[in-house]
Amino acid sequence: MARPNRALEIGTGLFVLLGFAALAFLTTQLPGSGIQLRQSGSAYRVAAHFDNVGDLKVGAPVSMAGVRIGNVESVRIDAREYKAVVELAIDAQYSQIPDDSDAAIQTAGLLGAKYVGVTAGGSETFLKSGSQIQFTQSALVLENLINKLFASIAGKDDKDDTDK
Amino acid sequence: MLSRWPAGALLKLGAVTLFLLRIFAQCLPALRYRREVVQQIYNAGARSLIIVMLCGLFIGMVLGLQGYDLLQRFGSESSLGVVAALGLIKELGPVVTALLFAGRAGTSLTSEIGLMRATDQLTAMEMMAVDPVRRVVAPRFIGGIIAVPLLTAIFSCIGIFGAQLVGVGLMGVESGSFWSQMQGSVQLSDVNEGLIKSICFGVACSLMAVYEGFHAEPTAAGVGLATTRTVVSSAVLTLVIDYMLTAAFL
Amino acid sequence: MNRSDLLVEVSDLDYAVDGRSIFQGLNLQAERGRITAIMGPSGTGKTTLLRLLMGAIHPQRGSIRFFGQDVVHLARGPLYALRRRVGMLFQNGALLTDLSVFENVAFPLREHLRLPEPLLRRLVLMKLQAVGLRGAAEMMPFSLSGGMARRVALARAIVMDPEVIIYDEPFVGLDPISMGVIVRLIQSLNQTLGITTLVVSHDVQEINAIAHQTYLLSEGAVVAAGTPDALRTAAAPVVNQFMNGLPDGPVPFHYPAPDYHRQLLQEGW
Repeated sequence: MARPNRALEIGTGLFVLLGFAALAFLTTQLPGSGIQLRQSGSAYRVAAHFDNVGDLKVGAPVSMAGVRIGNVESVRIDAREYKAVVELAIDAQYSQIPDDSDAAIQTAGLLGAKYVGVTAGGSETFLKSGSQIQFTQSALVLENLINKLFASIAGKDDKDDTDK
Repeated sequence: MLSRWPAGALLKLGAVTLFLLRIFAQCLPALRYRREVVQQIYNAGARSLIIVMLCGLFIGMVLGLQGYDLLQRFGSESSLGVVAALGLIKELGPVVTALLFAGRAGTSLTSEIGLMRATDQLTAMEMMAVDPVRRVVAPRFIGGIIAVPLLTAIFSCIGIFGAQLVGVGLMGVESGSFWSQMQGSVQLSDVNEGLIKSICFGVACSLMAVYEGFHAEPTAAGVGLATTRTVVSSAVLTLVIDYMLTAAFL
Repeated sequence: MNRSDLLVEVSDLDYAVDGRSIFQGLNLQAERGRITAIMGPSGTGKTTLLRLLMGAIHPQRGSIRFFGQDVVHLARGPLYALRRRVGMLFQNGALLTDLSVFENVAFPLREHLRLPEPLLRRLVLMKLQAVGLRGAAEMMPFSLSGGMARRVALARAIVMDPEVIIYDEPFVGLDPISMGVIVRLIQSLNQTLGITTLVVSHDVQEINAIAHQTYLLSEGAVVAAGTPDALRTAAAPVVNQFMNGLPDGPVPFHYPAPDYHRQLLQEGW
């Protein structure tokens, strides 16, 4: 008992360290509040304002014509305009995106995840770090659509009633 | 035998509970055996590490395949990360790790203590005025309940990487959406649920292992039988507790 | 004989396990500073008696006094305090298999006392020297022979300087040389340190050589008591049978069974 056993202590220490590292990973990295795992090293950032981003998540892909060109870096609210400000990190290799391109929040599949789709414009000047995308299209919120649908059906019924 | 079943089960439940209280009472005094506790964390944890990591990897990879196959029918492969992470953190991680622990570390605990019983070592301690529950049982119990949650966390992490390996690497799920969906949907409460489960499983499996060993019939056959009982009762107990905890967390 | 000279006093002891009676009306005493032997055929519950003495199990009736304390009704704390004054040698040694010889002997010291390491080391080496195994201090129990293991266990039993040592079948399974060593150790511990000694055994010769007082147990009670010489010349048939190793006598050769002829002739043929 008095003899120190270094192998034992090191083994145990490594195990406990690994265990707590795993625990730390689970608690900090997985929930969205966590620090981003992937730091896109060579990327430039542009901002876009949306009326509604739906449930767009940080880290969601930014794609152009179906090809991933970057990630959503942050989603926050602009306190003055009450609009959502989405920061997009676009890979440096896609440096020639026209500055009049428009960004739309789209859905992968019917119930799939939200992502940002960028459609190229015709301008000769390109987006660069810190610039802002002017034309945006908000997320289609399914509930709103359904509400509108019902409202229009109900409205039609009302009209039918008054016609009689 | 069958007619005695309810009474026998009740008897055992009572005996196990009393034994648990006896261990709890000795846990604090047992912490003075620092080296012994370290040794037991090593035995229970570090020695189970390889098998836990290997199983975690493969379960994660299977989740990647099955999850992808299922989700692409609804066109929501991008949710693979969520499905894999939640499945691992909340269910598979704690349960499978507990079962592996019962098979790998629990059995060796039982046979070790059972053999000490069979060779009079426990009685000798009692005669030397040393409580074997404090000297032998409590350090092993503490080692077990420290090791299981840590093993579970490692299992879940490796599993998620396994799912990512297959989902993103093989099936071509978009890496960004795999992670972003996962990070968006997994709540801290999910992680906590898994953690609480794994602590409970750690207590249950360690308790059954030391109980069966401590009360093993002091013969070779008795120790063998006790080892089998450890695996069976740990597995059943783990699944029963899992259902109750899952129901409680919903 | 002065009452305070009685270290162990068992009176009117009844003990039964699962309805099977082990002792009925057992009486015996052990005097301070002497070697008391408890002998009897296998299966008479000699080891059970030791467990009763140490308070590990409780009798149905009767009293057991150890150091003048009532062991049966002793709470856990005082019982453990009492056990610290007693050294016990188990049949097979019962060494802790995951500790070295040195640590086995040091075990009671580490558990009960806070000694500085150099002092502890000296104490342990002295006890190992006493049993002639100082050279084996760093060996592990599994590499010891049966006789060596028992000597290590003896060193462990005396490391706390007990007032009493209890030996449970100390001679079983030993070769003649080891047996001689153990006999000499028991005797010298008793003579030089004045340690009260209780030996449970069925080895007539060795016991006769060392015991001051012998109790012969049979069928749950003492059938004879006295010095070895007195027992050797005792007239009682059971004593005669045991002391001289006769296969049949009052202790029958056959375990109780139904009638032999009838069982052979009538069993379903």
